[in-house]
Amino acid sequence: MRAKKSVPGQIGWWALYFAFPVLVVLLWEYICHFGSVKIYNMPAPEIILKDAFEKIQDGILLKHISVSFLRVLEGFLIAAVAALILGVLIGLNKYFERFTELVLQILKPIPPIAWIPLAILWFGIGESSKLYIIFYGAFFPILLNTVDGIHNVDKRYLELARVYEVDKWRLTWKMILPGALPSILTGIRVGLGNAWVCVVAAEMIAATKGVGYMLSNGRSMSRADDVILAMLLIGIVGKIMDDILKVISKRIMKWS
Amino acid sequence: MGEKETAVKISNLNKYFADLQVLSDISLDVKKGEFISVIGVSGCGKSTLIRIIGGLETLTDGEVLVNGETVKKPSRKVGFVFQDHRLLPWLTVEDNIKLALEKGTKDTDEIVDKYLKLVGLESFKKAYPTQLSGGMAQRVAIARALANQPDILLLDEPFGALDAITRISMQQELQKIWKKENITMILITHDIAEAVFLGERVVVMSSRPGRVKDIIPVDAVCHYQRTGSDFARTRDRIYQEFFRDEEMPFAYNI
Repeated sequence: MRAKKSVPGQIGWWALYFAFPVLVVLLWEYICHFGSVKIYNMPAPEIILKDAFEKIQDGILLKHISVSFLRVLEGFLIAAVAALILGVLIGLNKYFERFTELVLQILKPIPPIAWIPLAILWFGIGESSKLYIIFYGAFFPILLNTVDGIHNVDKRYLELARVYEVDKWRLTWKMILPGALPSILTGIRVGLGNAWVCVVAAEMIAATKGVGYMLSNGRSMSRADDVILAMLLIGIVGKIMDDILKVISKRIMKWS
Repeated sequence: MGEKETAVKISNLNKYFADLQVLSDISLDVKKGEFISVIGVSGCGKSTLIRIIGGLETLTDGEVLVNGETVKKPSRKVGFVFQDHRLLPWLTVEDNIKLALEKGTKDTDEIVDKYLKLVGLESFKKAYPTQLSGGMAQRVAIARALANQPDILLLDEPFGALDAITRISMQQELQKIWKKENITMILITHDIAEAVFLGERVVVMSSRPGRVKDIIPVDAVCHYQRTGSDFARTRDRIYQEFFRDEEMPFAYNI
């Protein structure tokens, strides 16, 4: 952890954090107004800001974000539960691992967006197809990290369990799963990030609401400000979700 | 000594890792309540020896009896203290000790208190291992081993990772525990002074393959006087086991 800084040191530290984005915005502003090269369809920051304010006042912005967020949450939670259960079973049982290995290895390299056509054929363009894509995107990172985490539990602890004749139940719950927890939490963070990426992809193809819809709608309306606004929102919401998970992870792993 | 029962009986033990012979024809009897130090250079197989006694490693040939029974697997009755404290970082000191106790043990709180008190850490019950120093963590590891009331305590270079000062105080503490609890202890070490200070007998091992080179009895006076001439004499004798020819003249020039 970083050492505690004095108050002026803190200010400097935060200034450094925001300096780069401020520079980017200033440069952007400069190019839009004074640049010798005019970039078409590149609205200045204040136009995007105005667009954002209008959409906030309409409530449209919040509607799009919350629709996407709820989709992600739903798909992610289903994926997390499924991946954790399957991951623990695979991690603890080498026969089950062998049994599932080949299918999982073939499914793993197929990117979630490759499933979109089939998902639409199967589930139509309603909620289920989007949930399926999100589920798929979140599932593998959580599964693989859970299995890896269990396999990589320090062998010295397993030796300790032999010396003290620790029973299977306590070995699993007190030694193996806590030992795998850092890796599991990493999987959950990557999984949530993926789920967020997948909702955008799914909504861009078939949706009437959501940030992905904002993107594709902006393109068809030739509204570059809408497109950029949607992109920024995707980035900001993604970062906030990751931050929240980081805090939760730290809480859970209070020993480290 | 002769009438005392045997705690550990090792007869003609051989151990190979694939084609490599690690231990050759080791025979050793350890009496109940005895403190044995085993000393040797790194890689001489002393750790393998204690791991075989503890049931963590299998032997290739020969026999190891603990309390008259062949060792097949580790047992709670044979405590094992590793070089690293091996406390689970996600459990408090208290829960680490409780995890090692037999399932269904009654009065676990009393047991935890008793043994933490024995190692002088009763106020660190709720601490996590990361909050402890190396010496403190190793004391918890010893408490954890003792909490199972083992007949034998095997110590595999338990103080090897500690600084010199902490190591000495830990040695004194271990000795106190040995006298108080009357447990048979086998200590693996590469520190000559440690071997002499703690052991009633010091087993000197040679390497490649590991053999028992010599067994040196230690006078009890060495167990409370690190600075006396008896201590120095015993220490020098072991020293010469390792550096027989070249270093000897210096020892007598002073």
